[in-house]
Amino acid sequence: MAQENKNGLEVIPRDSAKIRKIWMTALILLAVTAVEFLLAFTMERGMVLYIIFIVLTIVKAKYIMMEFMHLGDEVKPLFYSIIVPLIFLVWLIIALFREGTDIFLMRW
Amino acid sequence: MSSTAIEIQSKRGVWGGGNEPLKASYGKLMMWFFLLSDIFTFTAFLITYGAIRVSYPAYGGEVADFVSSNEYWPIPEMIFDAIPFVHGVHLPLVFVGLMTFILILSSVTMVLAVEAGHRNDKKDVVKWMLWTLLGGITFLSCQAWEWSHFIHGTDEGAMLTYVNSMGNVVSETVYGANLLVNEYGPAPFAQLFFFITGFHGFHVTIGVFLLFLAFYQAAVGVYEDRGHYEMIEKIGLYWHFVDLVWVFVFTFFYLI
Repeated sequence: MAQENKNGLEVIPRDSAKIRKIWMTALILLAVTAVEFLLAFTMERGMVLYIIFIVLTIVKAKYIMMEFMHLGDEVKPLFYSIIVPLIFLVWLIIALFREGTDIFLMRW
Repeated sequence: MSSTAIEIQSKRGVWGGGNEPLKASYGKLMMWFFLLSDIFTFTAFLITYGAIRVSYPAYGGEVADFVSSNEYWPIPEMIFDAIPFVHGVHLPLVFVGLMTFILILSSVTMVLAVEAGHRNDKKDVVKWMLWTLLGGITFLSCQAWEWSHFIHGTDEGAMLTYVNSMGNVVSETVYGANLLVNEYGPAPFAQLFFFITGFHGFHVTIGVFLLFLAFYQAAVGVYEDRGHYEMIEKIGLYWHFVDLVWVFVFTFFYLI
């Protein structure tokens, strides 16, 4: 039975499946962080390791945005108006890394 | 009701106003677009870190033999290796890993508070907001220690040759870090550390303030009187964003 408080606002009882899903997401996030931590000391530093780190970070970002921030539950236009502008960042990455490499070549 | 009125109603259609194409309240939408602009700010910082880093030589030798110098960019795991109460022990990335865990867990308790808000369950909202608040304060305290340690430096310091604030080239042992010189690596390393983790810490500070506000208002029944817990949801979005940024800072500043 749902109970009501003094303002007549209905208090809905806990849905344990939903809460379990939240804790499962938490477990995934913590596990991925632990894996990153382990890889930092077991793998040789280099491009391969960096790419693994970036992929794992994006996996974590996906879980935070979709499960915690509920972006996946929003309507498609809202979802895309947040995700699509991020495409500008691709250019920023290309431009600034090119710039950084050129500065390196001029300095040394 | 006359039939004419109904006919006008149906003619209003898309252009008649009152539509909600994004199916979200004004406050939530604005929070999302603010966060989008903040994503640009933080990615600009992190990409700048990357660009400045590749403009310096990388350390070429074995990781175990690493000695810090302002000639090349440091290996982060050899720099961030201290934890409170244990002096002089090399524990790479343990403390910052712990900070990441704390922030992720406080994000989890935040989702639980939002979930409780959907159920209008005041008791659960207050409980989970309190845990989130605790997590936020703990994270900030950790960061304060981290900064303090970074600024004061190690016992050994590093022998560096650099241009001091008077414009003279000097060779001396440097302890800790400031904006001009630091014992860990080239000057931009410390500058970017202060700038990026500082800006994130500033966000966390504002987040803690907002969390306290939401916790207080939930506890005294403001949201109950209002009839919904949407404020918890909006502050929740902000708090998850702070966690999201830290996940990236952790990777790009501490791991790579």
